[in-house]
Amino acid sequence: MIAEVGHFSLTLALALALVLAILPMAGSFLPAGATARAFTDTARPLAVVLFGLVLLAFVSLGMLFLGNDFTVSLVATHSNLSLPVAYRLAATWGSHEGSMLLWVLMLNVWTAAVAAFSASLPAVLRVRILSVLGAITTGFLLFLLFTSNPFERLIPPPADGRDLNPLLQDPGMVFHPPLLYMGYVGLSVAFAFAVAGLIGGRFDAAWARWARPWTTVAWAFLTLGIALGSFWAYYELGWGGWWFWDPVENASFMPWLVATALIHSLAVTEKRGAFRSWTVLLAILGFSLSLLGTFLVRSGVLTSVHAFATDPTRGVFILIFLALVIGGSLLLYAWRAPALGSGTGFALISRESMLLANNVVLVVAMAAVLLGTLYPLALDTLGMGKISVGPPYFEAVFYPLMAPAMFLMVVGPLARWKEAPLPDIARRLRWALAVAIAAALLQPLTTDAGFRPLAASGLAFGLWIVAGVVVALLDVLRDSNGRLRPSRARLHPASVWGMQLAHLGVAVFVIGVTLVKSSETERELKLAPGQSVEVSGWRIDFKDLRTVTGPNYDAMRGRFELRRATDAADAPARAMMQPEKRVYRAQRMPMTEAAINRSLWRDIYISMGEPLSGSDWAIRVHVKPFINWIWLGCVMMALGGLVAVADRRYRRRLATEDSSQAAPARDPSPLPSTPVAGDFAAR
Amino acid sequence: MKPRQRRIVWMIAGLLALSVATALVLNAFRSNLVFFFTPSEVAQGKAPSGRVFRIGGLVGEGSVQREGTTVRFTVTDNVHTINVSYTGILPDLFKEGRGVVAQGLVQGDGSFLAREVLAKHDENYMPPEAAEALKRAGHPVGAPDQFKQKPAKP
Repeated sequence: MIAEVGHFSLTLALALALVLAILPMAGSFLPAGATARAFTDTARPLAVVLFGLVLLAFVSLGMLFLGNDFTVSLVATHSNLSLPVAYRLAATWGSHEGSMLLWVLMLNVWTAAVAAFSASLPAVLRVRILSVLGAITTGFLLFLLFTSNPFERLIPPPADGRDLNPLLQDPGMVFHPPLLYMGYVGLSVAFAFAVAGLIGGRFDAAWARWARPWTTVAWAFLTLGIALGSFWAYYELGWGGWWFWDPVENASFMPWLVATALIHSLAVTEKRGAFRSWTVLLAILGFSLSLLGTFLVRSGVLTSVHAFATDPTRGVFILIFLALVIGGSLLLYAWRAPALGSGTGFALISRESMLLANNVVLVVAMAAVLLGTLYPLALDTLGMGKISVGPPYFEAVFYPLMAPAMFLMVVGPLARWKEAPLPDIARRLRWALAVAIAAALLQPLTTDAGFRPLAASGLAFGLWIVAGVVVALLDVLRDSNGRLRPSRARLHPASVWGMQLAHLGVAVFVIGVTLVKSSETERELKLAPGQSVEVSGWRIDFKDLRTVTGPNYDAMRGRFELRRATDAADAPARAMMQPEKRVYRAQRMPMTEAAINRSLWRDIYISMGEPLSGSDWAIRVHVKPFINWIWLGCVMMALGGLVAVADRRYRRRLATEDSSQAAPARDPSPLPSTPVAGDFAAR
Repeated sequence: MKPRQRRIVWMIAGLLALSVATALVLNAFRSNLVFFFTPSEVAQGKAPSGRVFRIGGLVGEGSVQREGTTVRFTVTDNVHTINVSYTGILPDLFKEGRGVVAQGLVQGDGSFLAREVLAKHDENYMPPEAAEALKRAGHPVGAPDQFKQKPAKP
């Protein structure tokens, strides 16, 4: 019964999404009047009801999983009587069908949010944005219902389910997919803003100010989702890596790079009215890349933990959808972009030029990742042999590309709009430069390996950014006489603080990556209970090994005592670490569960390999300095984004919109709630 | 500078930056491609020496020998077999008779020194390279049951 409710509400949602895609959009072109108003007024209620229906379908699936209803095929293949309740809930999105339903749910969370929080937007723009989102929802619902129905029945039901992939039985599974999808799908809002703007031909400072907070929130979620995925892979896969340049990771990283470029480009569009075409193109590109990512992950062209099943019709469907979205929006762009006009000019050295350079770097980096991700697939598809492109390629390309971006991150925020005098910038940044050079020279102190140029440059860039943020803050807090006045902090809007926090996050991230790469220790050892080993200043005693029975697995659990090498032999252990080797009963699948002793300065990571001869085990011991800074940096970036969105400026209504913006808003007066026909001809 | 001149300077700077980036990317790309060879192709001497490549196939039954953390095993496509040695911890899903992919260098004696041994996240998967090796050797996947893809319904 629940399955039928879910299925029916999805079908109904499809019908409503189709109406939302057509009716309000059509109404926005009708001549002003009661008919047009009747059409456009449907947008917001439709969006809300649509969200309710998709939520109902999602809750139905969740209830089927909680109740282990094995008459539903999806539950029978992804749950098990002994699966703990929290993971049954996570199993809702632990399958292809379920994760696509989660995708649609997130899309509708965003649509409903736009419907609820867009009172300050001109009615035409709002209506068209909702219609575009409705069209995207229609595409995904068609995909869900025709190729991946989550509510398909299985009669007769099996006695027990096949269980969730053991790798996914982890708290990470509860949080990583919803956060990541929230970000991934959130780019659809920026896309809808771009398309609605293209249709209306309106791309002024006001448009950018409306689009900015949505894009920034999506970006913040995407940042958190990717970071959480990396954190999870680190502790769950059992070999201590945190980023593998795996195609599935790249699929989420490419939209992130473009979204990062987009939030910077939007800043220029808002403040200076420049880069309009470029901003629109980035918004289209960002969403296209998240669709491409969906195609790569869901079509089965990649095999990974994320590719749950392969079915060629799904791939073909997404590919057609991708072609329609990219082709359609680019056509619209080609037709309308020349009418967008260009903003005010700027000098060779100005904040605009630096943001432009940063954008180019980010997009080139994205293209490099795209090449490395798609080339092997293309060769394979064309039957030209199997190749793989590993981390060395991405690392060789990425570090040098990011260097100018990190340099500009400090100079850009200090440079003035329009034209920035170079000597002035150099004078303000001289201390930051000194700090960066000192950091590079002191790099040998962080490792036993001596001076390493790559590590030195990483530290230099990290501290360069930190020093740059400090310089910028001091500038803010100094009054005209050069005295520090903390009360001046209030003069600056939240968006500036958010930016500085996010940039500081990048610095923390870069320092973390640099120190992990340059001074981590990885040892793979043969060890028997009773033996001990010393790894970079730590002594690890393998105490014993015992069998443990979990709810749905059996495990061997090792117990290791952790002491500093300088501690007395009989000193109390600083920590007891208990890695496990599990075998999950339903799928007879072995799994490594690492034990990690965490701190802000280093992680000690122990995982068990396989039993060797006698009582010996292969044991992996890693000491990873500063690794938690990687994720801490990401969290700071995301928080920075959220702080920036809290800026009062975004909450200001149209009526009180000030026209003292640097860029002349072309049409600062509120548009009539129903537009006249030939809306663009007038512009 | 006049706007026109400025635009030209911009274009030149942009093109320069782009060509440097492209050169960098393509150079890194060329030197980091890892090609794939089947055991039969390695036996026929098609694989390069002195360059890292991948092999794939099945782990030979009864071939796994351990010596400390060094493991020796064979990889076969049921036509030719190649000796592989690897030092380190094997992935959880490494098993005799199962599909495997290894990345490394061929040694002077024709054996393969693996730097990395890959297995997939799910034991229902056959690594695509391993399946390809069997196919090229004329033994398409299908023999051992455990390599079949998950059926849509159990």
